[in-house]
Amino acid sequence: MGEGSSILPLELDNVSFEAGGKRLIKGLSHTFERALRTVIIGPNGAGKSLLLRLCHGLIGASAGRIVWHGAGGRDPAPYQGMVFQRPIMLRRSVAANVDYALALRGIRRRQRPVLVDEALVHTGLKRFARQPARLLSFGEQQKLALARVWALKPQVLFLDEPTASLDPTATHTVEEIIAAFHAAGTRIVLTTHDLGQARRLADEVLFLHRGRLLEKAPAARFFAKPANDLAEAFIRGELLWWRRGIDRREKPAGEKAID
Amino acid sequence: MTRVIIRFWLAAACIWPVQAGAGDGKTFITVASTTSTQNSGFFAYILPLFRKNTGIEVRVVAVGTGQALRLARRGDADVLFVHHGPSEEKFVAAGFGVKRHDVMVNDFVIVGPGDDPAGIGGMTDAAKAARRIAAAPAPFVSRGDDSGTHKKEQELWRAAGIDAQAASGTWYRETGSGMGATLNTAAAMRAYTLTDRGTWLGFKNKAGMRVLSEGGRRLLNPYGVILVNPARHPYVKAKLGKIFIDWLISAEGQAAIASFRIGGRRAYRPNAATAGATRPAP
Amino acid sequence: MPEFGAAFAEALSLVIRLDRDLAEIVWLSLEVSLAAVFLATLIGMPLGAAVALFHFPGRKAVIVGVNALMGLPPVVVGLIVYLSLSRAGPFGVFGMLFTPAALIAAQVLLVFPIIAALTRQVVEDLWAEYSDQLRSFGAGPGRALTALLWDGRFTLLTAVLAGFGRASAEVGAVMIVGGNIDHVTRVMTTAIALEVRKGDLALALGLGVILMALSLIVNGAAFLIKDTVETRYG
Repeated sequence: MGEGSSILPLELDNVSFEAGGKRLIKGLSHTFERALRTVIIGPNGAGKSLLLRLCHGLIGASAGRIVWHGAGGRDPAPYQGMVFQRPIMLRRSVAANVDYALALRGIRRRQRPVLVDEALVHTGLKRFARQPARLLSFGEQQKLALARVWALKPQVLFLDEPTASLDPTATHTVEEIIAAFHAAGTRIVLTTHDLGQARRLADEVLFLHRGRLLEKAPAARFFAKPANDLAEAFIRGELLWWRRGIDRREKPAGEKAID
Repeated sequence: MTRVIIRFWLAAACIWPVQAGAGDGKTFITVASTTSTQNSGFFAYILPLFRKNTGIEVRVVAVGTGQALRLARRGDADVLFVHHGPSEEKFVAAGFGVKRHDVMVNDFVIVGPGDDPAGIGGMTDAAKAARRIAAAPAPFVSRGDDSGTHKKEQELWRAAGIDAQAASGTWYRETGSGMGATLNTAAAMRAYTLTDRGTWLGFKNKAGMRVLSEGGRRLLNPYGVILVNPARHPYVKAKLGKIFIDWLISAEGQAAIASFRIGGRRAYRPNAATAGATRPAP
Repeated sequence: MPEFGAAFAEALSLVIRLDRDLAEIVWLSLEVSLAAVFLATLIGMPLGAAVALFHFPGRKAVIVGVNALMGLPPVVVGLIVYLSLSRAGPFGVFGMLFTPAALIAAQVLLVFPIIAALTRQVVEDLWAEYSDQLRSFGAGPGRALTALLWDGRFTLLTAVLAGFGRASAEVGAVMIVGGNIDHVTRVMTTAIALEVRKGDLALALGLGVILMALSLIVNGAAFLIKDTVETRYG
């Protein structure tokens, strides 16, 4: 997928993000290598969405570096795509929505219809091509969001809780499309709070809690036996409700551990 | 194809305001005049006659005398046609106008409620009538807008020795409006008011009011026409304006004025002097 | 109230007779107001969108200012335009005073704040909703501007209609800058004012009825268009 050489790997070096006086991402470091599917999990408010936005460039880090090592002077943005939890559709037809994304990318008018058609066929939306996008069901709109991104042939695809609002059938279809992206060579970075989905899709898991990256591991190892207790509690289905995030291994000075 | 159509309509839409706003380029002059001459229908009658004669279109901006004078002073009109002698003299004296010509005269009348509570019916001395109204006191509606009619009304109060301003808000009501609006107000309030006969004859909402005091020297209403001084405002259409004025004071124009009737009655008496700018003999 | 009955009778008879003077006045009113709304949209819509999307020093002051301009009394606008277009004024050379152009100018000034203010609100709300996705596609506020305007087209149409309503109902400004000259600058509203002044209340009311009918027709047409397009394109 994508023209030219890969912009990966993506390195986050001690990245922090502050807003409204609060530090929402704290000292996060990780390198996204190629050809893996990364799933970021954690409770609500952990900063998963923020992390995706930071990586994609929608917001800027307050501290630390975010570097696309493979970009080599090119602007990395056109090689990425993002799908959000709620699909944002313009008030125009299904086909026109895909066409608009292509137009923004600078694809010439003559070439667009073919690409639009291919994207709609690939996601099974061809028969809706002329319909107003907003009249589609939620699941179909999310497929359309994916079709739109498919047409752009991204090297990296960020997905922020893409199936959170969908029924199981739609969820399944979306996961299939994600698999198709991956098969075509797109690097997948996905957040979810659905552990089942994480198990199904992940090659690599990142666990976030209160803005800190508490654990990162290959999926098999993570789900078998997570190293971090909070992660373990989370997988067990516990609600991580207490105020100060305590990691047995890194106790803030002067803090008492909660047992 | 749709793009071409859209572009065409956009272009048309852009051109349209220009043509809508554009003047016609016809020969025309702008005359600043008063609402009384417009309301009576005088201009609607006489201007087509002038146009047939000369091909010149006359555009009348009908406002109060005070505003008409200001318009003319700024050079926004070519000819001034109002009915307040002293203001007109001042206008010419200050160099804004070339010369004042008598054109026509009609009269003012005091109208009021049919039952005449102040008892002024039949009086020809307007100052005495004014004094009676103030004494009653009966409600009186004033135009209060610096128009020729308003200025005449103020002369009456002065002649009667009454300070009507001081009573403003009580029996003396100032509307700050044109003659028609003031008549409407007087009809609704069952009050007295001063109006020119032309407007009164054409007024359709009399609602039981009638003429109570008329005739008399004080109620004469002379109209004058003045060419705005091209020396002061070079773009004034002096040549065309002069043609208009000359026609008005010519035998033909005067005859046309005399032939204007409202309800069978002659509305304005032509009185152009052959020379000079003198006020008509009472 | 006998006036209302007489008014409707007058209105009806004028329309049936296809009274030439009336037709002339109606046509001029439509021409002037439509032209004014068109120009005001041309000015106000991009202005509103730009204020919505771009943050510049003094932006808040501009927003408050434009909102306040919506309440500008028409007669004040008329005065300002008159003084500007007067021979003695800065734009006197164009000789626009007492012509339809002056009417259009005054109405544009009255209408563009409405369109600008409403456009700003619509675009601001839409951008808040769309910005993440659009920026993900690489569209900054500038490139997204036309897409946002198109997406908000139904609400914006209502804003334009509100502008048209204000333009065609206005009498104070057009009276001052137009002079209500017969066959030249006499529009529906000034004609009504004249008939009231002359005391012909029935005719005035009749003209008023026709003016309201015109407004109904324009709004009805706009609604139909919006409805059809909406069902087709969502």
